[in-house]
Amino acid sequence: MQPYTLTIAESLDHLQKKELTSKDLVESCLQRINKTETKLHSFISVFEEKAMRRAEEEDNKRQQGQSGSLSGIPISIKDLLCAKDTATTCGSKMLENFISPYNATVVEKLENEGAVIIGKVAMDEFAMGSTSETCAFGVPDNPWKEGYITGGSSGGSASSVAGGQCLASLGSDTGGSVRQPASLCGVVGLKPTYGRVSRYGLVAFASSLDQVGPLTRDVRDCALMMNCIAGYDEKDSTSVKIDKGDFRQSLEAGVKGLKIGVPREYFGEGLNEDVEKIVRNGVAILEDAGAEVMDVSMPHTEYCVAAYYLIAPAEASSNLARYDGVVYGYRDGTADSLMDMYKQTRSQGFGDEVKRRILIGTYALSSGYYDAYYKKASQVRTIILNDYKKVFEQCDAIISPVAPTAAWKRGESADDPLALYLSDIFSLSANLAGVPGLSVPGGFTADGLPVGIQLQGPHFREDILLKLAYNIEKSTNLANVLPEIQQ
Amino acid sequence: MKISRQEVEHVAHLARLNLSEDDLVKMTGQLDEILNYVAKLEELDTTDIEPTTHAFSVKNAYRDDIAQESLTQEESLRNCAVRNNEAFIVPRIL
Repeated sequence: MQPYTLTIAESLDHLQKKELTSKDLVESCLQRINKTETKLHSFISVFEEKAMRRAEEEDNKRQQGQSGSLSGIPISIKDLLCAKDTATTCGSKMLENFISPYNATVVEKLENEGAVIIGKVAMDEFAMGSTSETCAFGVPDNPWKEGYITGGSSGGSASSVAGGQCLASLGSDTGGSVRQPASLCGVVGLKPTYGRVSRYGLVAFASSLDQVGPLTRDVRDCALMMNCIAGYDEKDSTSVKIDKGDFRQSLEAGVKGLKIGVPREYFGEGLNEDVEKIVRNGVAILEDAGAEVMDVSMPHTEYCVAAYYLIAPAEASSNLARYDGVVYGYRDGTADSLMDMYKQTRSQGFGDEVKRRILIGTYALSSGYYDAYYKKASQVRTIILNDYKKVFEQCDAIISPVAPTAAWKRGESADDPLALYLSDIFSLSANLAGVPGLSVPGGFTADGLPVGIQLQGPHFREDILLKLAYNIEKSTNLANVLPEIQQ
Repeated sequence: MKISRQEVEHVAHLARLNLSEDDLVKMTGQLDEILNYVAKLEELDTTDIEPTTHAFSVKNAYRDDIAQESLTQEESLRNCAVRNNEAFIVPRIL
């Protein structure tokens, strides 16, 4: 048995029975990174020495009976979460040399529970993208098929977990950035309810949409990670004071009597046949397990992309105004005037996709266009939110694809930004509505690429999604299935 | 055309970005395509609909006004590209 192939729950069991040490586990993942990283490019930085030191600390603590709920578990974090005294690049030249002065709350929580942060992983620049190809420091590769995208923006999170380089990862999801790469790489990914997990120390992209979420090898590990990272934080003013309970509690409770909506607008034109078959199979699994399946309508689904691609860039253009070369980040040293310094710094520091979104956002917020674009999109957001309210009066959760297709070849989406935005159609609305969304592996396409099934539920009902996903996982037998990576 | 080259130049200035001639042409085309697509929202009647800025209403969160630990001067200056011992340095303004 290679320790890196274990889930968190299995590892904790072995650790407790003294059949394994944290040192073994971390060493096994580091070796796996060494072996696979030239292919996968998941990591922007690996903390080899520190991780081994931390593993030893956790082994000592365990001997003294002081271990936390994730003691000695190697976890990667997306490179937009601050971990004190380490680089946080956001996948951008702009922050290439930025050293975090403090810990993100979620990083603090992981370390308090004994987790070992093994490194920081690749992502689309400032989390803007659906393929991780806009990362300035190497593009991660899909562990299931060489030369294919991981999805994004949390692509490094997904490839590091699917590739056996760590047991779990933290990503962030502003429009699908945890769920879509989880789907495309065959792991579990959860975007919690807006306000469920603290964003303190998460570099902001679109503040009314951003949420931190875990990527794991199975559903139980997802619940374990949520137990650690969820909860109110006074340092995040959008964090909500609500009981978090134990996310593992309802996993095995069964789905009998639960009402599952199948929104017909998610199954239209453009949906890949294999993907549809896999999702329909997921519906059948839940029905066989005793859930009541019903046809529902979310009539404004087709407006989500348009609303999202005004709101998210508008917020991004405002959030990214801080990168002016003065206090931190890249600075062009050749400019004579302050205005030229700003412009040259930003033009050289940001990549094309980030510039494109800053331009759209600035335009949508500019005088004369604000009402027609930003305000209109925010009103449509109300309409989309109402679709969710109505549908959750009829059912407990909805089931759908995460994305219209499985992973595609790298380089194919390079010069058509709108086509790429449209591929986000099924994942954006959860962020607009603030509801939780989960991707659980559902099967493989004829080409051998993994496909996830998306479950969405009412605010703060991650427990329902975890329970449904657990049932699907039990039936498909796809928990913790790792790809063979040709050396 | 939803957006002209001149408008893209103006927006780039507002966003403090320089665009090369090639970028300006490419961005104008792409922005125009995106704005044409988002015009889809005009199909919906939104009269009297309140805009949503957050999925649920968030109130201002205040803490008590008590001095707490913060970054030291050195920690604050650590990530600055051009600095001296006590300040961030920028090109002359006046």
